[in-house]
Amino acid sequence: MGTERRGVRIADTFAEAFDMRAARVVITAATPAWARTAALSMTGFATSVIGCKVEAGIETELSPADTPDGRPGISVLLFGVNTEQLGKQLVDRIGQSVLTCATTACFDGLPSAPGRVAVGGLLRHFGDRLQSSKFLEGRRYWRIPVMDGEFLVEETFGVQDAIGGGNLLILGRDAEVALAAAEAAVDAMRQVRGLILPFPGGIVRAGSKVGAERYQHMTASTNDPYCPTVRGRHDVTTALPEGVNAVLEIVVDGLDRAAIEQGLRVGIDAACRPGVVEITAGNYGGRLGRHQFRLHGLLDV
Amino acid sequence: MITLTLVEQPAVPLEAEVVRPDVVAGLSAEAIRALPVFLGRRQRRLDDFFRVEGDGGDEIEVRGDAGRVKWIGRGMTRGRIVVRGNAGMHLGAHMAGGAIEVLGDASDWVGAEMSGGLIRVQGSVGGQAGAAYRGSASGMRDGTILIGGSAGLEVGMRMKRGTIVVAGRVRDFAGLQMKGGTLVLGGGAELRTGAWMLRGTIISLHPIPLLPTFAYACRYVPTFVRLYARHLQALGFGLPADEADGAYRRYTGDSSVPGRGEILVWSPRGD
Repeated sequence: MGTERRGVRIADTFAEAFDMRAARVVITAATPAWARTAALSMTGFATSVIGCKVEAGIETELSPADTPDGRPGISVLLFGVNTEQLGKQLVDRIGQSVLTCATTACFDGLPSAPGRVAVGGLLRHFGDRLQSSKFLEGRRYWRIPVMDGEFLVEETFGVQDAIGGGNLLILGRDAEVALAAAEAAVDAMRQVRGLILPFPGGIVRAGSKVGAERYQHMTASTNDPYCPTVRGRHDVTTALPEGVNAVLEIVVDGLDRAAIEQGLRVGIDAACRPGVVEITAGNYGGRLGRHQFRLHGLLDV
Repeated sequence: MITLTLVEQPAVPLEAEVVRPDVVAGLSAEAIRALPVFLGRRQRRLDDFFRVEGDGGDEIEVRGDAGRVKWIGRGMTRGRIVVRGNAGMHLGAHMAGGAIEVLGDASDWVGAEMSGGLIRVQGSVGGQAGAAYRGSASGMRDGTILIGGSAGLEVGMRMKRGTIVVAGRVRDFAGLQMKGGTLVLGGGAELRTGAWMLRGTIISLHPIPLLPTFAYACRYVPTFVRLYARHLQALGFGLPADEADGAYRRYTGDSSVPGRGEILVWSPRGD
């Protein structure tokens, strides 16, 4: 049972998502290009908490008027399974990817979040007791001497509750159609503040299911019901409607439910293009997470 | 709002630490008139010197030349005081919050040992603004002092945190034994700036004579200065932070202590 939008069937199902913890990092630099370089490095290899311990991505570019130091900036969101793990990832990734990147500085983007984790307060040790700090308007900033001057990083970063794992599955007539639709959805979803699409280019082709049927040691394995090449095998129960030859997924993590809803809403709308057979979502019957995003509800069907 | 108009100029300095929102808030006009002040060793009533109008609130306006009225806003934690004239010694000393605005000049010890809030003096001030009292370990611990004119000796002495901005020139020993915080000198300084400085930052927008115990480090625009530039811009004070305009020459010291403080001297492009 479903409904249609511009000829594309919208499945009557829900995307299942789970609780996460999130931080927002504001990176500034002498130029937008250097801020982006640091952000890309920091958010590399951060597609899934299963394999990467964190999910991260660029939220938006910031103009000089919107950054603490009046320089061009980038806002990055990171999502972890708990505060401790997220804090460790922040220290590691800011330490290796932002501190090392020319001209950058790094600020907390969630100053009013109730939870705090030490970041600059730990990274300052890189200064070998030559570091110093400034305390302004209730926030402490560490100045770590580096070879192009100083790296400025805030002592603590805010951590708040968040939601991870929202998703869309775009079922296309062929791979070209599915990719074009997914790209259109990504472009639309990236305009929404408060969310990231952690996979490469915002799209994941290797959707997964929990565990594995045939390997006990695997915590996740390929989402075979949506893999077209194994349709028809006796040991696979396909979920693919007739005429579907490629599926791409968009995973979304957000700071709150409203951000994910808006992201999924604009994503579905943008993906409804000729050649797309159906848009659906992944869920585990409510066993994985407590957040459900009904596709029809998003579209006011 | 309560208005205090000085009607009798005290022959000697008047100690009026009751002139603060924490004390007058919630009091009737009659109760405010009866508040104690000290003229030398004699206790007097507030209305022996001031005409009191309005009921107690979080805002106090002082009218007249209160240059001999000490301790206005002492230890205040909230509210606002406007002095339409001059203010006497110890204005806002020990204050922890709220704001004080003086449209004229203020005397010595403005914001001494304050721990929060904002003091803005449009004119000039005496010595020891934001400083530690004699025998005390630390001066100002947080908050902001903005001085539109010049300042006297030992501005920011032993200050630990917070920001002091003096648009005009300061006299000797600015930042003496400074332990932290930021002191901005818009009009330069006389002698021995930063003497025995342990930590903290002195920013001078004009060349100043430096002690030989400060060593030149480099020329750059620190990123933290950009934060202060933005913070002070909102308070009406411009701090240069654009490489296109110049850079700061950084000196570290005072090595005679030895200290880990810094003096940043603005150097316009082309100098």
